[in-house]
Amino acid sequence: MESTLPWLILLSPLASALLILLFAHRSKALSVLLSLSAVFLALGASLLLVKNATDTLTSIPWIDLGPALKLGIGLKVDALTRVMLLVVTGVGTLVHVYSTIYMADDEGKSRFFGALSLFMFSMLGIVLADNLAMMFIFWELVGVSSFLLIGHWFTKESAAKAANKAFLTNRIGDFGFMSGILLVWSTVGTVEFAGIQENLTKLTANPTFLTLAGLCLFCGAVGKSAQMPLHVWLPDAMEGPTPVSALIHAATMVAAGVYMLARIFFILEPSATALGVIAAVGAITALMAALMATQQNDIKRILAYSTLSQLGLMVAGIGVGAWGASMFHLFTHAFFKALLFLGSGAVIHALHHEQDIWKMGGLRKTMPKTFLTFAIGTLALTGMPFLAGFFSKEAILLAAWHKSLPVFAAGLLTSLLTAFYMTRLVVVAFFGHARTDAANHGHDCPAGMTVPLLILAVLSVIAGYAGFAEAIFGKELFHHVHAAAPVALVPILALSAFVLGTLGAWILYHPAIKDPAVFKDAYRIKDPVRIPLFANKFYIDEIYHALIAGTQEMLAGFLGWFDHFILDGVIVRGICAITWGAGYTLRLLQFGNLQGYAFFFGAGVVVLLYILTK
Amino acid sequence: MLTTLLLIPIVTAAALFLGFGNRTWAKGSALLQLALTLALWFRYDQAKAGYQFIFETNPLFPGVDLRYSVGVDGLSLVMLLLTALVTVAAVWFLPQLEKRANLFDGSVLLISAGATGAFLAKDLFFFYAFHELALVPTFLLIGLFGSGERQAAAWKITIYLGVGSIVLLAGLVDLLMALPVSSRTFDLQALQQLGAAHMIPAAAQIRPWFLLTIGFGILISLFPFHSWAAPAYASAPTPVAMLHSGVLKKFGLYGMVRLVLPFLPDAFHQPVWGNYTAQDLLLLALLGNILYVGLVTISQRKLDFMIGYSSVMHMGYIFLGLASLNLAGLSGACLLMFAHGLSVAALFAVSGSLRDREGSLNFDKLGGASKSVPFLGICFAMAAFASIGLPGFANFASETMVFFGGFSPGATSFQKTATILALWGVVISAVYMLRAYKAVFLGQPTASSTKWTDLAGSARFALALLPLTLLLGGVFPRYFLSYLKPTLEAALR
Repeated sequence: MESTLPWLILLSPLASALLILLFAHRSKALSVLLSLSAVFLALGASLLLVKNATDTLTSIPWIDLGPALKLGIGLKVDALTRVMLLVVTGVGTLVHVYSTIYMADDEGKSRFFGALSLFMFSMLGIVLADNLAMMFIFWELVGVSSFLLIGHWFTKESAAKAANKAFLTNRIGDFGFMSGILLVWSTVGTVEFAGIQENLTKLTANPTFLTLAGLCLFCGAVGKSAQMPLHVWLPDAMEGPTPVSALIHAATMVAAGVYMLARIFFILEPSATALGVIAAVGAITALMAALMATQQNDIKRILAYSTLSQLGLMVAGIGVGAWGASMFHLFTHAFFKALLFLGSGAVIHALHHEQDIWKMGGLRKTMPKTFLTFAIGTLALTGMPFLAGFFSKEAILLAAWHKSLPVFAAGLLTSLLTAFYMTRLVVVAFFGHARTDAANHGHDCPAGMTVPLLILAVLSVIAGYAGFAEAIFGKELFHHVHAAAPVALVPILALSAFVLGTLGAWILYHPAIKDPAVFKDAYRIKDPVRIPLFANKFYIDEIYHALIAGTQEMLAGFLGWFDHFILDGVIVRGICAITWGAGYTLRLLQFGNLQGYAFFFGAGVVVLLYILTK
Repeated sequence: MLTTLLLIPIVTAAALFLGFGNRTWAKGSALLQLALTLALWFRYDQAKAGYQFIFETNPLFPGVDLRYSVGVDGLSLVMLLLTALVTVAAVWFLPQLEKRANLFDGSVLLISAGATGAFLAKDLFFFYAFHELALVPTFLLIGLFGSGERQAAAWKITIYLGVGSIVLLAGLVDLLMALPVSSRTFDLQALQQLGAAHMIPAAAQIRPWFLLTIGFGILISLFPFHSWAAPAYASAPTPVAMLHSGVLKKFGLYGMVRLVLPFLPDAFHQPVWGNYTAQDLLLLALLGNILYVGLVTISQRKLDFMIGYSSVMHMGYIFLGLASLNLAGLSGACLLMFAHGLSVAALFAVSGSLRDREGSLNFDKLGGASKSVPFLGICFAMAAFASIGLPGFANFASETMVFFGGFSPGATSFQKTATILALWGVVISAVYMLRAYKAVFLGQPTASSTKWTDLAGSARFALALLPLTLLLGGVFPRYFLSYLKPTLEAALR
């Protein structure tokens, strides 16, 4: 029983995806039913696993070439897995329920739920993987399900582009990931986590190699968790339907990088250089993304940059050695960020696909339940004391305080900025008066959408408390969450950052939305703060475009020309022409029928026979 | 039994040439071929290495050990399965012709027969001759029924592959000459045993190695001998492009595994240019396929050329597996021959269907096709994702083995570097495939694409057969490897 549950969790969404693809794609109701049953089954089984709290491992071979190469599909259940299982199936279930309403009138509803099931299968595969190769397999599969869901509205040019961008950017990260797997395997001879841990001395014997391998593996996380410099795909991924943004691009898939780093922390730990790089990448991502978030106007994009920033914080946490704290933040973040995205979805749904916060306003009154839950999510994210985010963020800051002051400073500044941009979002969208007709007719959504919001709001409050979290993490793992010694100054500083950021935004934006000019002319943004560098995301997209155009495209264009005109045109034709003139034999070919060719072939055979009989 | 397998397409083709029958006969022949291949597949004993179902005549000429002799081992069986599957798909994509339809259909079956014969042959002479037999109708069909610059393309491929065949012939002669007179034979099984006994001194292996690698290399479009491929496939009628790129091209790779690896293993390690060994040179050439041709593929603006070049690029990965000279890499290479054959055939089937509907395959003129032809869209997506190495498809399982082969114990540092560079090709291939998929199937539907009708009827099954088999191979590679492993272990001994 214990060892069949993980298989049930993994395979029920796969069965749903296959059944929808093969049989149910014409019936929306049946597709929804299949997808929902699968996710509820997975949730139930995950809850059972958490309750039993026993570690198991079952494995079947995938490629078996004897001693030359053995790769397996193995399901490992330990405390870390159980936390992730609960996050993925828990948020997954709520998003499935929410989507039944959100996507009710979509003509591609069956396709959507099929892809959602495929995603659940792939994501659970990452969570359950007992080895690097299997993790890579499902790593790529979440990539493709993310591709399908971002591009759900495929006739929209921007959606199709965003889907491609996400897949390609992730592929670059995966290139590093696979290189890392090969490096580890060539030294240790296995890709299984347990086997690598046993033979770790083979890796630590060569510190430079270890650092290289660790950083290569980290590349995978940089792609999937959208860290600098591969962060560019995540904001564009908001082209997908909002439930997808909540589940995949906020709560689960993008957090897979952090989970992977926690899983392989024992490989990273011996290399101070690798950890240093990871901390730096995380801290820079956290800070830069928060700066970009302060100047966005699209409600989903603000949340997307916020996700980038929070993921950066988690990665930085890994870099300062606090993988337990990072997992804790992953856990709480999943709830409040999913809540915020689903809340923004409710707003977008009610306002007929309006995403610009400047064209909203006054939603506090027209959508009270949405406002209440969104506010709880915001406070949990910004670090209001006694809500979930405060505890988990503080755990990372505390570890950084002990390990690296620059990372701590970046984290603190990020917290301040987070409070600032989230308060800006809430004030502009929910306070004041409605600035458009759509906003004026805002309304709370049906129960199928509001109930998931309420559940997530409750979780965003309680997830940070030791009693609740410890029940899910288990004693041993939870011990790693608060490994660092408490310092009184850290929570005080964190609290000041929260207060300063929130107050700052309130003071700047609350009067601004009362400005009659904003009210009259909602189509012109009246942001009192204008920083083009942040609004344009440090021009990184533009720089990449220029880089790709200047390198890959130019090289491809040149080689295409070279291949056609020089290699094929001059060289091949040249050699051909020389031979042409030189030999009688080839004249036969020139005559233009197959006799010459047949003659040649026959002559060859005769020569062969002559030689052999000689 | 094996001769029957060979006779099915030959007899049907002969009947068609003589004016009997129609297209249904071609379809029946292909299905019969598949059924018989499956019967062989399930009756074959995977546990044993070496040839099974052997049939051979007495020597055809006095004094020479040359016989009509057929037999299959795990490797040839996998290739036969590939041939049968692609043949079924190809006959369902035969074009509608006003006249000479029987000539066309029969020639297509002859290509399949030639490939079948080459993979069945247990005799070196027939191995070579059947491949040549398959090339003749290929040239003919491109020249007579092709599109675009068909005459030029037909001549180019004729001359280029003709030269390749001659170099190959010279290599085969050289190989036999290197053996002592008493042990010269055409029997592949006997030859393999001679190879295992290291009959040829290392220094003497280099010349035949070069001749064979270049000869086979031209047939496989190894860089820099690749420029015939894309224009030929773009001009070729759909079933011809499917059969040649999917099946016939694998003959050269099959030959590399059958002859070069068991016979000339020491040549790989011989320095041939400064400190560079023959293996290093091969690695450089295959990196040309992966990186150079990969970038050339990105620059293509037409779907058929893009698929043609991408097919050339993927030959690099198969060569990478071969050049690893170990079981992991070689198993990957052989499974990839199978997987690549299925995926490229599916891609050409879809692109041919689009050419029938639109007339042009320029990316600028296409868009949003998934709206009107969702089935073609799904098949293209599956084949495209398979070919760029998405897990779940056999191509990924194969490429994984190839990469692990490049990092296996005993791999040189040059080999490891080449493997990492080849890994970057996975990004390159994603760039051009996704770009093509988006240009054709996603985005705003073009005015003409909204009027298209989707693939219908039994052709759906014929096409779906290819990606579904790829899924089977991707999820259960172990099943296919159980056929390959004993044969490949013997080839590496």
